[in-house]
Amino acid sequence: MSNLDDLYREIILDHYRSPRNRGELTSPPAHRVEGFNPLCGDEITIDLLVEGDAVTNLKLSGHGCSISQASSSLMSVAVKGRPLDDVRHAIAQFRAMMLRHESVLTEEESTSQIERLRELGEIAALAGVVKFPVRIKCATLAWNTLSQGLDELA
Amino acid sequence: MSNFSASRVRADTPEFLRVINDHPLTYLDSAATSLPPRSVIESMSRYYELRHANVHRGVYQTANEATDAYEGARHAVARFINAPGGADEIIFTKNATESFNLLAKSWGFTNLKTGDVVLVSEMEHHANIVPWFQLREVCGIEVRFLKVTDDFRLDLSTLDDDLRGVKLLSVTGMSNVLGTINPLRELADAAHRHGALIAVDAAQSVAHAGLDVTALDIDFAAFSAHKMLGPTGLGVFWAREALLEAMPPFLGGGGMIADVRTDGYLPARGPAKFEAGTPPIAEAVGLSAAVRYLEALSLNDVVAHEKTLTADALARLESNFSGRVRVIGPATTEARGGVISLDVVGVHAHDVAQVLDEFGVCVRPGHHCAKPLMRRFGLVATARASFGPYSLTADTDVLIEALEHAVKLFG
Repeated sequence: MSNLDDLYREIILDHYRSPRNRGELTSPPAHRVEGFNPLCGDEITIDLLVEGDAVTNLKLSGHGCSISQASSSLMSVAVKGRPLDDVRHAIAQFRAMMLRHESVLTEEESTSQIERLRELGEIAALAGVVKFPVRIKCATLAWNTLSQGLDELA
Repeated sequence: MSNFSASRVRADTPEFLRVINDHPLTYLDSAATSLPPRSVIESMSRYYELRHANVHRGVYQTANEATDAYEGARHAVARFINAPGGADEIIFTKNATESFNLLAKSWGFTNLKTGDVVLVSEMEHHANIVPWFQLREVCGIEVRFLKVTDDFRLDLSTLDDDLRGVKLLSVTGMSNVLGTINPLRELADAAHRHGALIAVDAAQSVAHAGLDVTALDIDFAAFSAHKMLGPTGLGVFWAREALLEAMPPFLGGGGMIADVRTDGYLPARGPAKFEAGTPPIAEAVGLSAAVRYLEALSLNDVVAHEKTLTADALARLESNFSGRVRVIGPATTEARGGVISLDVVGVHAHDVAQVLDEFGVCVRPGHHCAKPLMRRFGLVATARASFGPYSLTADTDVLIEALEHAVKLFG
């Protein structure tokens, strides 16, 4: 079951079973943004509180598979309380991680990939998703929804 | 005595030679698409190798052969579904979805007006819902839904009231999510009593429950070749000849005309009226071969075989997972086909399907293009296993083993 172990890492199962930052914020002042995956029916709602130049709080609701739930939970931990620039940077790094399988990367690209994974910390547990192309959309749903929310606020 | 042998069907089906993640293929997704036997694949190859030419035009030999093969498919399908008017009632489309669009946009647009009711059911595929909503936007019809009971059957307790003002009842012969087989003859009689016509989504039922349009006394039917061991890219629309004659063309272009001048056109008569452009010729040849293959198997034996597999699978799912795995569909094989939707409590259908893939098991996770039905039962997705004539008890063995692994992994 080595393939499955790459996908369902312990951190992912932990975040799936005990998702962080679940719930809702009063909107307004929080900004509510919804994301859908029409193919599989997954839905996510993010209540986003941006004060000054930082994401001071966010809460997630909705439903989806273990990958989409774990990804949104990990994301919420990573961006909560962080300056907007850092959040946008993390979104970009995450998207880059989901773009290509490391086996097709050049050495230079793989070095920057490793640095990126270090920077992403726990979120790097989702790197194995790239080996399962149909699941990439599960992992990116929360990040794309967060990105859309930030764009709407900009 | 039946000569049916699922092992022989499997031996006839090349895709079972595949090895997936070091496991032999356990194909349990026939409700999505069926695996064609070698005879179907070879019939299409032979067409392309020996007699590829466009139909209905040339006078040379291969063009005549292509035309005969294409028109022969119409005869084969007419025989298979016992069409009272024969081959002239068989229209080839792209798929069952396009057949429903033809029905809504040609018959519906012409015959329905503001306030007329089209009655569908909560267990319909989106193909038998969205075209009616689209027609509603154009001509103000009302789209009404027959309810589904808690034991996964159509609620017919108020059928006579539900049929009031209805011009068309459009229902599935067999649910692609629940496996429920609907009482079509009873529905047809009720519709006709109320002066309504009845259309049947036969995509699932045509090769897993049978479709005899004369015995069922229905008016329209839609199905796809690829769910009956044939190729993709080809659907069938059947209607009574008198209804077809009164319907305007669907798509416009070459092949569907009797005459074109600078001031207008005259449509062709017969099936050609609804078949604009070069049709899927090779696919029709493939469907012809699929029909012959199913006839040789005897569909009654196929249905009986799938019923045995379903009874066994339902019993083992119940005893092995008591409560942990819920079957979303009738608990017995009474008026039920071999489509088994599973809700593994606490595990998303995508994760179930992912673990099953590791065992070479092909099931379908998702809403199965039946979102109103999923909402009716408070579900987002199910993992659906479905049988075909090549399915074996051994497939259920692997399914159960893989499900046990999924349950363990997600605790």
